[in-house]
Amino acid sequence: MELRKSYFADQRKDDLHEIGQPRPRSDSPGHVTGKTAYFADRNFPAMLHLKMVRSPHHHARIRSIDISEAEMHPGVVKILTAKDVPHNVYTILILIQIGPEDETVLADGKVRWKGEAVVAVLAETERAAHEAAAKVKVDYEVLPAVFDMEEALKPGAPVVNEYHGRNYYLYDSGECRKVRFGDVEAGFAGADHVLEQTYQSSPIEHAPTETTGCIVAPEGNDRFTCYTNTQAMFFTLDNASIILQMPGNRLHFVGGTVGGGFGGKVDVIVEPIAILGAKLTGRPVSFIYSREEEMQISSPRAAEKVVIKDGVMKDGRIVARKVTGYTDAGAYSRHSPYGAQKGAGHYPGPYTIPNVWIDTYCVYTNRTPSSAMRGFGVTIGDFALEVQMDKLARLIGMDPLEFRFINAYRDGDMKAHRQPTEGAALIECMQEASRAANWPVAEKFMAMSSYAKGA
Amino acid sequence: MAKIPVQFTLNGAEKAEFIDGGTTLLNALRDKIGDTSPKGGCHQGTCGACSVIIDGELRLSCLTLAETCNGAAITTTSGLSQDGVLHPLQRAFLDAFATQCGFCTPGMIMAAKVLLDHTPDPSRDDVVEALSGNVCRCTGYEPIIQAVLTAARSNSQNAA
Repeated sequence: MELRKSYFADQRKDDLHEIGQPRPRSDSPGHVTGKTAYFADRNFPAMLHLKMVRSPHHHARIRSIDISEAEMHPGVVKILTAKDVPHNVYTILILIQIGPEDETVLADGKVRWKGEAVVAVLAETERAAHEAAAKVKVDYEVLPAVFDMEEALKPGAPVVNEYHGRNYYLYDSGECRKVRFGDVEAGFAGADHVLEQTYQSSPIEHAPTETTGCIVAPEGNDRFTCYTNTQAMFFTLDNASIILQMPGNRLHFVGGTVGGGFGGKVDVIVEPIAILGAKLTGRPVSFIYSREEEMQISSPRAAEKVVIKDGVMKDGRIVARKVTGYTDAGAYSRHSPYGAQKGAGHYPGPYTIPNVWIDTYCVYTNRTPSSAMRGFGVTIGDFALEVQMDKLARLIGMDPLEFRFINAYRDGDMKAHRQPTEGAALIECMQEASRAANWPVAEKFMAMSSYAKGA
Repeated sequence: MAKIPVQFTLNGAEKAEFIDGGTTLLNALRDKIGDTSPKGGCHQGTCGACSVIIDGELRLSCLTLAETCNGAAITTTSGLSQDGVLHPLQRAFLDAFATQCGFCTPGMIMAAKVLLDHTPDPSRDDVVEALSGNVCRCTGYEPIIQAVLTAARSNSQNAA
């Protein structure tokens, strides 16, 4: 590996002797010998298996739940419904004051997406848990559902989530996150060309090879050890504490080894109900998603829709950018209000544009709740922005890389959300990319600098 | 439910267990015998994380009933290193940065071992074909392929 220090030679005085050198991974010896302990590699005597009864409907009222036949099934030890959960309505980000609590651990009176957890069955074997789950009778009154963000935002659309009372997240800034910088309409009026395009993406499943799950062992002193593959240890511990109304010092979380996460294991879904099961039965509990559950039930990356309108001059300067972004949270918030907010800050891209207007909406639909995944809130936006950049370059007959040099942000430039640019390296990256990809640009661009004045 | 006796060797050691009918070899190895090196990623024979070697052949332990393994010789990744010395494949995976989350690694090593046992000097295509039943969701396939080719070269050097 080559480490090129010349770009910021006068900025960086630190010794980079570790960077650029291969170092063995500390976890590799465990991986190649099969000794690495993943959560499911723990086995406890008398461990129970938890299987979830899930909603077959996208949106329905629950008229009644009958567990009498399932309770009689051989091997069944405990069946849990909403009334068993001490604090059944929660939201993950309440820990950082982003409410309202809008999601049920076990459905209470209503289901809002196909696959929602309704009843938890704990049994001696996986097979008994499966068989008993099939004997739980839930009487549903199916309600109209909405799957499209624009449909959801129309007046008269079915209300997906009563805890919000409307099909979008209400920020302190109103119905969307907003960025206002300069005068975008004046920018469009003075532009040589205006281009408006719409970009859309579908939900994306992380598909880790190790499915989501946990194993909980009661320690006999009213404390519980939870072996989990969560990617969000302390978020999970604190939310479990809230949901179970149990002080955190009674919960011991053991994790750190994750068989693939990609953001798909940051929600708090399996741990609280498994701990509750262990508490109420006094026995170890294993709750591990099947492959089908991993693909269908775990949060995907949100579907997004991005409308970008740009005003551009013939000389290559972008003079105005208006973006409306929609993030499909599915039925519950989880991390999506944060994702949509991140998009608002990100949408100008790494470009300096004098007039910017951004609205990003976090929309509720009757789809699987979406959440974190690798740069959620910005990844789809980056796709849209960079495709838009290519289209703009084509529109004015300019090389797409040179077009980006003209608009690249540089140290000292004010970003649209009013953070001054610091430590920019886009120009240097593009110079290196120009060489590596053998995509030459004019000499004046190769002489530019992100931070040197006048260059 | 009546239990079924099953007896086989695991990494050279005699093992005997009473299992429920229908128990997969994967569950028998992990839950009964305590060898957790084979992983359950899909339990439907698509990911390859549960791969083990039965009588010299690569098998998916999640689709193999334990009761069909009576008298078999079973090898798993946990049994490859001898006296604390890594098997050449394990060494090559380590050196080539061929592990990321590590969940697919034991299955990959099993598939690679069967390849090298049958084809000591494989082509790159042979390696790709041999690993085609094993999913690495971290998508670190290239270092894995390189690790197998490196292990094959080190084997042939040792033999020479």
